[in-house]
Amino acid sequence: MRIAYAQAVARHRKSIALGWAFWLPAGWLLFVILIALLAPFLGLAAPNRPDFMNLRAPVGSDGFLLGADALGRDLLSRVVWGGRVSLTVGFAAPVIGVGTGLVLGMLAGYYRAWVDEVIGIAIDSWLAIPGLVVLLLLFSVIYGGSLLMVCISLGLLFIPSAARITRAATISVSQREYVMAARAMGASDFRILVREVFPNIFWPLMAFVMIDIPIAIVAEGSLSFLGLSVQAPTPSWGGMIAEGREYLETAPHMTFVPAAVMFLTVLSFNLAGDAMRKRVSGGRQGAI
Amino acid sequence: MRYVIGRVQRLVIVLVIVTFTTFLLVNVLPGDVAYQLGGMDASQEEIEQIRRSLGLDQPMLARYLGWMADLLRGDWGNSLLTGKSVWEMITQRFPISLQLMLMAQFMALALAVPAGLATAWRAGGWLDRLVTSIGFAMVSMPTFLIAILLIYLFSLHLGWLPATGYEPISEGLWANLRPMILPAASLALVEWTVLMRTLRAEMIGTLQENYISLARAKGMSNLRILFAHALRPSSFSTVTILGLQVARLMSGAIILEQIFGIPGLGRMLIHAVYTRDFIVIQGCVTFFALTYVLMNFVVDLAYAWLDPRVRERRAHG
Repeated sequence: MRIAYAQAVARHRKSIALGWAFWLPAGWLLFVILIALLAPFLGLAAPNRPDFMNLRAPVGSDGFLLGADALGRDLLSRVVWGGRVSLTVGFAAPVIGVGTGLVLGMLAGYYRAWVDEVIGIAIDSWLAIPGLVVLLLLFSVIYGGSLLMVCISLGLLFIPSAARITRAATISVSQREYVMAARAMGASDFRILVREVFPNIFWPLMAFVMIDIPIAIVAEGSLSFLGLSVQAPTPSWGGMIAEGREYLETAPHMTFVPAAVMFLTVLSFNLAGDAMRKRVSGGRQGAI
Repeated sequence: MRYVIGRVQRLVIVLVIVTFTTFLLVNVLPGDVAYQLGGMDASQEEIEQIRRSLGLDQPMLARYLGWMADLLRGDWGNSLLTGKSVWEMITQRFPISLQLMLMAQFMALALAVPAGLATAWRAGGWLDRLVTSIGFAMVSMPTFLIAILLIYLFSLHLGWLPATGYEPISEGLWANLRPMILPAASLALVEWTVLMRTLRAEMIGTLQENYISLARAKGMSNLRILFAHALRPSSFSTVTILGLQVARLMSGAIILEQIFGIPGLGRMLIHAVYTRDFIVIQGCVTFFALTYVLMNFVVDLAYAWLDPRVRERRAHG
């Protein structure tokens, strides 16, 4: 039994070297991120400039590599600029959410007792409303989201899971010898949390951020599909798909161009994250 | 029993917090409903008048308690736009959303259970790798994207199913089911992966148990082993996931109702958000939260009842 297990572990280790299943999606992500960052310098057509001579121009037509939308706006340019929105939200929302969850979870896991109880109830209440309903509630109040508001509201959704995971990790780390030693030497709670606990739960939580990025991109897509994210004419993938929907029969490329880019990006984040996670969990047992 | 009392306590606290927060968000932040009702050029006196008639001049806590009392009595207020009773609107539309969610969950299970069993049976084999990869791709697709692909394929190209619409059950079962197939399938195609993965993981563990080896040694057929012996003990996590999935189903249903023009609760909520009909928003959110919390409460209890270890662990933890 034991030998079989050791063999399985060895086999597992071998299979988790970062192969093409990591580098291919990572390459696409790098490409998308670079393009989005460099968007103003690429010499693309202005994303919001209508061209009434080329309404719904098909893919590959003259001057429109990926075609044009219902107002004759260049789809390539809009997809690139829309990517800036999606990627900004994709990175900012999880960082905001996991950061907040981290603080809450560390407090709950370190102090336990009533702190734990209060934070636990707050999280339970937060989880009691389905994600999209929370967002709709927020957006009914702050109507017409700016990019910052979208990031913050979506970030809120990531607090509960991050807090729970941090709490569990903090509880286990707090019982380790080095934490007790630090306490015995008279270190303050703050110092213990920052210098002893935090470094030990940081990397597992980073893996968690990796999981949240594609979720945030999808959520932003759903919001902008419903017209509740950044407002028109600012391009966003979800918004472009929603606009394309009306012309699905006559000009399907209006939908499929942003849809394909969005799908590939989300899939790449999932694949790359999965490969990294396998490597982390296979190589070393973390606190989680 | 102590477990149940603890859970009920928690449930009540959570419900109070949720309703209070909803109330606060809707009532404090957007300025005032009175301004909206009064219109752009209402005088200060008119605003005060509306405010008094709605009880908005009273302190927040009193208003919250009053609202809660009304809720319990079944008076969920009236829409600012149409004046219709919110509770009536909810009870009319909720069954439609429920039907969508149930159909979706049923389809998801119909996909997930065979897929989970088949992949766990030869974990690491070609079928496992194929199905897991498909699942991976599916989970990277937002619901609205799948919906649009399905519309493109089945409505526009093949013309088999309608792209929008809703027929009440009084028009006949098939007429009622037909327009619901695509939305339910869109939801199911995203949700089945989670179920499949959970089932697969637990199944792999179960299949290594001694009694499975015994069954195999006795010459029992593979299918019989999988369905009769391995499925039930492997389904605990899946049951929990089913409860947690309700939130995702609700979120998905909201979007799909919008895409497919189904007059369910989600569509009502979105419409209320677009038109800033705060009384309806407040009612819908409260209803969604109530349903979800109660669902999970029931799932929790069912889970504890199925597996005594949970009762123990929670009571001590």
